Amino acid sequence: MNPLPNSKYLIFLGCAIPYRVSAYEISSRKVLVKLGVELIEMPEFNCCGLPLDPVSHETMMILAARNLALAEQQSLNILTLCPGCAGSLKKVNKILKEDKTLREQINGHLKESGLEFKGTIEAKHLLQVLKEDVGIDNIKKAVVKPLTMLKVAEHNGCHILRPKEYIGFDDPEDPQTLKALVEATGATCLDYIDETECCGAPSVGVSDKVALQLAKDKLSHVKQVDAQALITICPFCHIMYDTNELRIEKMFNEVYGIPVLHYPQLLGLALGMTPEELAFSELRVSAKKLLEQVNEGAK
Amino acid sequence: MVENVTPTIKDNMREPIKASEIDPKFKYQLTKMHGAEKLLKCFQCGTCTSDCPVARYSDSYRPRTILHMARLGLKERVLKSDTLWLCAACFTCTDRCPQDVEVASVIRVLRNLAAEEGFFPAVFKDQCASVLESGYAFKIPELRIKKRETLGLPSLPKGNPESIKKSLKGVNFMKHMKNKGESPAKQ
Repeated sequence: MNPLPNSKYLIFLGCAIPYRVSAYEISSRKVLVKLGVELIEMPEFNCCGLPLDPVSHETMMILAARNLALAEQQSLNILTLCPGCAGSLKKVNKILKEDKTLREQINGHLKESGLEFKGTIEAKHLLQVLKEDVGIDNIKKAVVKPLTMLKVAEHNGCHILRPKEYIGFDDPEDPQTLKALVEATGATCLDYIDETECCGAPSVGVSDKVALQLAKDKLSHVKQVDAQALITICPFCHIMYDTNELRIEKMFNEVYGIPVLHYPQLLGLALGMTPEELAFSELRVSAKKLLEQVNEGAK
Repeated sequence: MVENVTPTIKDNMREPIKASEIDPKFKYQLTKMHGAEKLLKCFQCGTCTSDCPVARYSDSYRPRTILHMARLGLKERVLKSDTLWLCAACFTCTDRCPQDVEVASVIRVLRNLAAEEGFFPAVFKDQCASVLESGYAFKIPELRIKKRETLGLPSLPKGNPESIKKSLKGVNFMKHMKNKGESPAKQ
């Protein structure tokens, strides 16, 4: 049992969100506050470590453990918006809690900067907090503007689901949480081919060709079922589908025009917030048509 | 089309094998490393490759082949191969491996070893430099930091580079961070 409060969290932003995905942060903060989750700013944090895992697992563990140790000083659990950060923090938290030898090794490094990992807190992703702490029924109750006029598709991405051993709050083969959260807004969540397929983001910079081909497949499958929008919960997946959509259209001579919304933007609309409040203007692919449909449907 | 694969490392997965290039103890070196403990349980079924999203579009990245080469002891070939860097770390192979090999972690262990020897794409050096300078893996532009205020967002906590440097000073990989500006992907 976790003795720490489940309505008050330290918010862990990571690097990608402040770098270029502010709409996700803005809409997440608005929605969480509205649903009664209190967010406390971390006085200090650093990269979760994940980007450096390929070159140095030890660096990744030290960076993740630093963040956990800093949060432990505040005696609060961490809420992350990025599944990559959640994955990294959860994994290292579990490993260091269970493996004494590794804990001592990593603490040996942390000691150099006066920190110590003790293993007293948990890290959760936004999705997990919405499901486990707020509750899907409570979200349904909070909806004032049901989005019954919308048919959308969801994309979980990999790190919110895998590896199951470390993340394990949903089924990686047939995940249900995000679907249930989308449907809680009143919208229909469509099934489509290869829903759990990777967005390709980690391959950007190593092979753009492979990365963009994977993103193209996703957009094609989502278009096939006439989804009005694609709903994401990860800054990297969002960059692949929203920021790169035009590039993919040009490269493969296709037209998609599918707006890609951060889940809290969709939820925010259902909670009665305006597109301005939810930073819809930050989206690269215009959601104008979708917002018109929402307005017409609400009349 | 943009292809940013490190150009100096030759794709060498398909050359004929010479006995002299086999390191028979390489697999035991690997199974001592965190994440690769179960490498020897691999029975080459190919689930990892058939379910790999990258393998679908790359004509060289095959996780099963990489694991096989590692077990054979083709250390140099595996560590100097650019295909090693194509893994997207989606962990599908890890979750579906019928032998619980943690395939993606074995790939990561191999990458770590390659990186220690100086074979890794330059993008990682940039990200590591950024973490050491600011705490963040990406250099967040001043404009973005200032814009947070107009967007109604709380100011971004400052990283603590001095403290981070102290925590990381004993890490082997950091030896590559001393010669800034030099291409790390040299052969």
